[in-house]
Amino acid sequence: MPALEELTAAWEHFSREPTFRAELDRLLREYVGRPTPLTEAARLADHVAQGCRLRVFLKREDLCHTGSHKLNNCVGQILLAQRLGKKRIIAETGAGQHGVATATVCALFGLPCEIYMGAVDVERQSLNVFRMHLLGAKVHSVKDGTATLKDAMNEAMRDWVTNVGTTHYVLGTVAGPHPYPTMVGELQSVIGQEARAQIQAATGRLPDACLACVGGGSNAMGLFRGFLDDPEVRLFGVEAAGEGVDTNHHAATLGKGRPGVLHGARSYVLCDDDGQIAEAHSISAGLDYPGVGPEHSYLRDSGRAQYMAATDQEALDACRLLARCEGIIPALESAHAVAGLPRVAEQLPDGASVIINISGRGDKDMGTIAKHFGAEVSS
Amino acid sequence: MTNAPAPSISRIAGAFARARSQGRKALVLYLTGCDPDFDTSRRLLLAAARAGADILELGVPWSDPSADGPAIQAAMRRALATGGGMRAALDLCRAVRVANPDVAVVLFGYANPIFVRGTAKFAGQAKQAGADGVLCVDWPADEDPELAQALGQQGLDLVPLIAPTSTPDRVKAAVAVAGGFLYCVSLTGITGSQLPNLDETSARVRQVRELSDGRLPVAVGFGIATPADACAVAGFADGVVVGSAAVRVIERAVNEGRDPVPTLEEFVAALRAALGPRIEKP
Repeated sequence: MPALEELTAAWEHFSREPTFRAELDRLLREYVGRPTPLTEAARLADHVAQGCRLRVFLKREDLCHTGSHKLNNCVGQILLAQRLGKKRIIAETGAGQHGVATATVCALFGLPCEIYMGAVDVERQSLNVFRMHLLGAKVHSVKDGTATLKDAMNEAMRDWVTNVGTTHYVLGTVAGPHPYPTMVGELQSVIGQEARAQIQAATGRLPDACLACVGGGSNAMGLFRGFLDDPEVRLFGVEAAGEGVDTNHHAATLGKGRPGVLHGARSYVLCDDDGQIAEAHSISAGLDYPGVGPEHSYLRDSGRAQYMAATDQEALDACRLLARCEGIIPALESAHAVAGLPRVAEQLPDGASVIINISGRGDKDMGTIAKHFGAEVSS
Repeated sequence: MTNAPAPSISRIAGAFARARSQGRKALVLYLTGCDPDFDTSRRLLLAAARAGADILELGVPWSDPSADGPAIQAAMRRALATGGGMRAALDLCRAVRVANPDVAVVLFGYANPIFVRGTAKFAGQAKQAGADGVLCVDWPADEDPELAQALGQQGLDLVPLIAPTSTPDRVKAAVAVAGGFLYCVSLTGITGSQLPNLDETSARVRQVRELSDGRLPVAVGFGIATPADACAVAGFADGVVVGSAAVRVIERAVNEGRDPVPTLEEFVAALRAALGPRIEKP
């Protein structure tokens, strides 16, 4: 708790301090590659709209350095850790994108970096494990529990409470104890701020809807934060339905979960009647989390945002659709957002415009995708 | 309505008072409920009480024990695999209470199993099961008073964990809603770690006593593995908590195919002998 209080106070101070902001903005521009483009996806829109007028815009977080939005958060948190005098960085990772992003910024700043990753994820995301090694990070394979993202978070928390004096824990999503949901949301809000300006430049007005995938929910919160105060902009999150929300193999926490406490936050969780956290399932390791950020729970309950779920198969199909319509191969996480587009479009008036957050690129998923489409690739 | 008079002193307070009157420190023993299974766990808890544990901490198995080290994580996995959980822990508490009306029992666990039941319902169930107190690792009592209030309505104590890094204000806030005893964590870290330099822990116990005006006894836990450790900590604390080391005794016996009860009983007796001058013979 004192570490969280220290972090809360530090974030409140530095996030408003001009020299900190200036350094963060410079890194976002010169290192991360911001602003990322907003790309109109006309062929995808035609395919989905089927005769209606629909404009679809893709927020291209896949074009960030390291291939996903995760770097936005890491750059900010590691700058903050430096201000706090922390000499060592740890993080959890699911798909490996956040681990790679953390290892990347640690390399840039010359900080030792240790990444906790579930043993199951180490297996299915071996390419990202190698990337982390190449960047000089140590990767711990976590075998406890379900050996996935939630267990990696447990192990990172154990490390943090043990080494709290010297170490900063770069939590990768808008979940966990305060101030993480706030801090990560604010660091990712650059996505929504850019998208807001870009769509107004492109269409002369705000979009009718924003669409993003939700695991812990950081890319969605980053986009949504640009539009929370505009009630005319509808917000849609897409969770992972895995093999279907009526099976036991999904990660639809907001759709099928209940209020609970996990990793220091009160939010929706997947658990049984006894309170034991359930195993989440998704083809995409980054959505495979039985909790969700507390701000999403609030947006769900207040009705400000609506949440749906896309199955593994729908995500695979959407991945191929975006590849063939637009020449963009999204991460399987982001493909869930694309899969939600037809259901969102149905609810919008003729001539509507939609922003989809393409939170990451699909290179890391080639092995998984190839397997499902019956091809063999060597990674 | 019950005609039985309310006990004038809680079992937890009674345990510390009895230890004091015997010129020794109280032994608090943690075991994970249902490790390795319900019936063995029941026999282990009763054996621990028989061997001299004054207070039993009955660990409630949870899927995500982020404050626990490898020994208790493994115990929880064994327990969950044989149907352990909050429901079984409450049943186990009741079974222990039926067999031993005197030993103090604290349910020790994480927030979610309590939260999904609802605090009022949980407090009622804990009371009915014969528990005396509750320790919840990830429920900051000063931020959310709901659990403390629900337990208070049932006359149950909320035992707080006080970290070495807790600021004086937070210690005071925790003490304000606490009952039974204060659980001072010896180190920044997880259960089952190496015991740190005891000079700092001893100074910390003095500070916590001052901050709490000596209102409640102070027990120290995390990292106390041997009778010698227990003896050293008993030099400055009112109570000594042993958890992971006891769980490892059970694990070793189970892995070797032995009944863990006799070896645990022996281990607890050795801990108890290290805590003070006289051992009561029944």
